[in-house]
Amino acid sequence: MRVGIPRSLFYYYYYPLWKTFFQDLGAEVVTSDWTNRLTVEKGIESAVDEACFPIKVYYGHVRELCSKSIDYMFIPRLVSVESRSYICPKFMGLPDMIKAALHDLPSVIDITIDVSKTNKFLNRDIISVGNIFTNNKNRIKEAYHHGQYELRKCKELCRDGYNISEAIRIWDGEQLVAHSTYNLNIGVLGHGYSLYDQTISMNLIDRLRKMGCRVQVVETLDRNSIEAKAAEIPKRIFWTLGRKAFGSALFMEGQKEIDGIIYLACFGCGPDSMIGEIIERKIKSKPFMMITVDEHTGEAGMVTRLEAFCDMLTRRKVAANEDYISTHG
Amino acid sequence: MKITFPHMGNMHIAIKALMEGLKLEVVPPPPISKRTFELGIKNSPEFACMPLKINLGNFIEALENGADTIVMAGGWGPCRFGYYAQVERDILEDLGYKFKMIVLESPDSKIYDLTNQLKSLGKNVSLWEAIKAIKYGWSKLNALELVERQFDYYLPRVWDKNRVEKINDEAAVKIDEAANKTEAQEAALEAITEMRLLDLKMHQPLKIGLVGEIYTLLEPAANYDICRLLGRMDVEVSRSTYLTEWLNDHLMKGWVKKSNRKQLIAVAKPYLNYEVGGHGLETVGHTVQYARMKHDGIIQIGPLTCMPEIVAQSIIPSISEREDIPCMTLWFDELSGTAGLNTRLEAFADMVKRQKIRTNNYMKEA
Repeated sequence: MRVGIPRSLFYYYYYPLWKTFFQDLGAEVVTSDWTNRLTVEKGIESAVDEACFPIKVYYGHVRELCSKSIDYMFIPRLVSVESRSYICPKFMGLPDMIKAALHDLPSVIDITIDVSKTNKFLNRDIISVGNIFTNNKNRIKEAYHHGQYELRKCKELCRDGYNISEAIRIWDGEQLVAHSTYNLNIGVLGHGYSLYDQTISMNLIDRLRKMGCRVQVVETLDRNSIEAKAAEIPKRIFWTLGRKAFGSALFMEGQKEIDGIIYLACFGCGPDSMIGEIIERKIKSKPFMMITVDEHTGEAGMVTRLEAFCDMLTRRKVAANEDYISTHG
Repeated sequence: MKITFPHMGNMHIAIKALMEGLKLEVVPPPPISKRTFELGIKNSPEFACMPLKINLGNFIEALENGADTIVMAGGWGPCRFGYYAQVERDILEDLGYKFKMIVLESPDSKIYDLTNQLKSLGKNVSLWEAIKAIKYGWSKLNALELVERQFDYYLPRVWDKNRVEKINDEAAVKIDEAANKTEAQEAALEAITEMRLLDLKMHQPLKIGLVGEIYTLLEPAANYDICRLLGRMDVEVSRSTYLTEWLNDHLMKGWVKKSNRKQLIAVAKPYLNYEVGGHGLETVGHTVQYARMKHDGIIQIGPLTCMPEIVAQSIIPSISEREDIPCMTLWFDELSGTAGLNTRLEAFADMVKRQKIRTNNYMKEA
């Protein structure tokens, strides 16, 4: 049996877990290609205009997989991956949105992952997904535990300075060269599924590296210190990714070696419109730039902004020894 | 303590009554105007949804008028409304205003947060007086909705649309001024009797269901008064959300009056199987319900980039297909241009009307 996993959205966080789980149950895992022009075009065609770019891209990936003769399509409903926090309303309706828009879908595995209040139902749902392939409950549990083990292994790679997307590629058997020389140190924030998707982010991270920057992301920072920083705000942020981005931003502000922070947001992203604003108001002592992307492909505009930002940082670094330069106006 | 709060339709009348009952001084924000929009847009995050911008404009204008305490609702997601109060406080503090913000929401961990907030609001009165104040506010809300429902019924049917609008607006003012429950009810009944005496057109108006996000539905300034625009085109509007129903479902957990929320979730089932925050699930449920109640069409409205409504919008085409009902989605943002909106509404109403005539003829032939 072939199970299709769209290479988009939470692929960038949970692929090792999903792949191991399905493979251990004897299924063949098929993924769509990396996001490309065709994916984007197909996605824009199928999704409503108002949806955010990553969601449109997801439609494109699903459509690509539809033509790959698979038996099942894995579209999880990710409500909440940790207690008392959510991802985003669009993720909660994703399987229904896809089913409403695309008609030639294979059977959809739409497991609901909601651990905001209790994770009692999670185990039950995992077993029910596993039952498609086998009746052996222990085998399903083992496959899930193996998946979690692989995911942890993958996350450990992040400590060596890889972001989670690169860690997944290494885990999947690719060889990547770590960048070693740099003269600027930049913190890059944003939702992983837009930041690490090279088409959505227009290759932001690699571009920065080519300009001689070392890129720090959420995964390369210490998790506990991020959470401690995120708790400094009066009201706990109830979006998982938003809270992490906010905590990281505050943490980066306190790190001396980080020269500047870039936040990549997608046009129309609900959480980002709030988190970006809070970060911008809180961070006063480090240069901060917010970049908003959507499906319009004007790379030149972004390159100019990145170059200008890096130039500014370099000058600031040189001048910092002589005199203080304000970060804002 | 001079209290202010954001506008949402006629809500200010009820809140004013409630706060006065609690012996608190109220400074309601001035009615939403162009200036409110301008102030809000200037100071809000660019990609925030429109209710936040209007809220902020309301607050700034109220603070200018001397308010010093803001009462705001909160929530715990996933809709971004839950974070409104925090962002608004940061913005207003950065603008240099001095104020206290009371956020009414279920507490995250410490229950005394909420009790403290409530205590600070009700410190002048006894519990009995507080209950009386709530009842007083609630009765005004009910009276307002009584008039509003009749208004929605008569507007598409009468010849003299200006007259019926005037009766409705005057009733709202009278209810606002009413000193007790009986006066409010009398004002409502008086307006309704007056509406009944108007000359009616001899036709059955088109019936269109209006579904979507609650703020856009309830606040005429946020939807360019879409209900009246449609009413003036001889279209009867079924509003999916009334404030009393919403408060009953969400704050009072359905013990004040009968709730059809469970039914709503049930009919949404094949299309949307999970709560998506905000009013996404309600929008889908209402769409299905209106389709089955033989409405002629459905219009979904919401503020641009509203996440739950985007989920609903993605699903509505399949409802439209399977339940056989024309649907249209309209997004509202700070750009004001009623001409474009009017054209789209007219086109939709014409399309729906023709389809109705066609199916009727078809049925006659058969």
